[in-house]
Amino acid sequence: MSILAVQSASPEPVEMPTSSAGRAHRMGVGAWIALGILVFFMLVALLGPLLISTDPASISLMDSFGPPQPGHPLGFDGQGRDLLARLVYGARSSMLGPILVVLISTVLGGTIALSAAWIGGAYDAVVARVIDALFAFPGLLLAILAVSLVGPGLLAASIALSIGYTPYVARIIRSAALQERSLPYVSALTVQGLGGTSIVLRHILPNVSGIIVAAATLSYGYALIDLAALSFIGLGVQPPASDWGVMVADGVPGLLQGYPQESLYASACIVLVVGAVNFLGDRLTETAEGGR
Amino acid sequence: MSLGRFLLGRLIALVVTLLLASLAVYGALYLAPGTPLSFLTRGRTVTPEELAAIKAQYHLDEGFLSQYGHWVAGVLHGDFGTSILGKAPVLSLLGGRAFNTFMLVAFASIIILIIGLTVGITAGLKRGWVDRTLMVGATGAMAVPAFVAAIVLVLIFAVNLHWFPVFGAGDSLGDRLYHLVLPGIALALASVAYVARLTRAAVRTEADSDHVQTAVSRGLPRGAVISRHVLRNAMIPIVTVAGLTIGSLIAGAVVIEQVFQLNGLGSYLVQAVGQKDFPVVQAIVLILVAVFIVLNTVVDVLYAVLDPRISAGRQSA
Repeated sequence: MSILAVQSASPEPVEMPTSSAGRAHRMGVGAWIALGILVFFMLVALLGPLLISTDPASISLMDSFGPPQPGHPLGFDGQGRDLLARLVYGARSSMLGPILVVLISTVLGGTIALSAAWIGGAYDAVVARVIDALFAFPGLLLAILAVSLVGPGLLAASIALSIGYTPYVARIIRSAALQERSLPYVSALTVQGLGGTSIVLRHILPNVSGIIVAAATLSYGYALIDLAALSFIGLGVQPPASDWGVMVADGVPGLLQGYPQESLYASACIVLVVGAVNFLGDRLTETAEGGR
Repeated sequence: MSLGRFLLGRLIALVVTLLLASLAVYGALYLAPGTPLSFLTRGRTVTPEELAAIKAQYHLDEGFLSQYGHWVAGVLHGDFGTSILGKAPVLSLLGGRAFNTFMLVAFASIIILIIGLTVGITAGLKRGWVDRTLMVGATGAMAVPAFVAAIVLVLIFAVNLHWFPVFGAGDSLGDRLYHLVLPGIALALASVAYVARLTRAAVRTEADSDHVQTAVSRGLPRGAVISRHVLRNAMIPIVTVAGLTIGSLIAGAVVIEQVFQLNGLGSYLVQAVGQKDFPVVQAIVLILVAVFIVLNTVVDVLYAVLDPRISAGRQSA
């Protein structure tokens, strides 16, 4: 994880209601645009390869660095492969790969955090210390270690990355769950004789779900960056398979010769998606924290 | 509770976490497919002598804990084993490269602290369009991965403008710093934005707080209010975040060194993974993880020193 989510000791101050209507409206538009970008790229990842007839791996050296032409709206890379087809096929690993990381780290981190917050005592103290010591752990290092064990590829790397992200997710969920636990309704439920498991699962979990979704959204962005970086340094998706990280790296020789298209297009896709995800994640965090 | 007890607790936690991390890094050997010996020698033909040397280096005849004990004891004495490929002690291969990585991370950290704090404090104190512009820029910059920033910087400042070299580490000290400008900015960019956003939030919170309003209404000069009341309190969360962010540069350096061919620990790590030189991989991952954990602890302690409430408060938590 290159950077941490905004999780400061001092939250953003509440805006004064000077232009609250206009501001709320603008935020709404921003969030819709971000969501639109995300949905668009998800659809491209899922359906794009079905809609595109060009083969992303077909090489034609005649078209090396060729400009756009009918049927090839973005032109060609150094080996004469169609850039649009490569971007579309690359969206699969780039967009869908991070989902696995988010799922594993959220389930793992959520379980650790909720159990620690509920059980408390020495168990919680140990969990809190370990989470603190490993907070913002560079998951990319674990992923590289995993690749050195089982060879290049995204599966082992994603699992390792998830483990690296778990302390970060757990820390956010634990602090939310601790606040929730201290509320009177939890004591009321305990007095009514409800078991710990059902209080945690049916009452605390739904009430911290906003924070969980916000943390998951932000970690999707970090995971996308880390997996793309892994492919970029040659340890993730292997050429000739297409991936945005692979494309940024593939494009470097062209970039030095005055044909930066491949690197720039793939970079733009990464930045657009991560920007949209971060924007949504920030809004979700604000909403979730404002609600408590 | 006293600060001394707090420090002792942190020290114990530090040692325990380091031991756990080293156990994980060593145990990874057993997660690999096949036996440890076949894993360590995969993909090459080894003479019986080399096989015996690897076996002896990892004490593969003994039990797992005993192997691990030998390895940790070796590491504590500066013995990280022998590179399978280079046939040289790993430590001797790391020295100069570690310095390159240190230079890169230190350079990026300085950029992060200077620019991140300046932008954050400016945005925090100047409400209106300055604030909004800076924060929109920061939010955008946070979405740019280090390797993308590197590519764009190379395109603009090395390929098109020829201001900076494209690749390489340079020779003399001045030349080296010159070669570090683009890598340093690329590595720092997202963290600058992140630190700026947090600094702004912290400054804004303090500026809106009651004690600052009181100081203003008492007629204290604006400069004194800002330096003594706003910034001093705002520094507490900022130090933590800046410290953690710098810790996270360690992974980013791996990627950046690869882009700019800087020959540091990170690019050597990637190279060793490709060459299946596991003792080197193990040593570098362990060193980087250990540096990260120590940095995290230092930040934690610094936080407690800056804000005495923390060591008191966290004892009961």
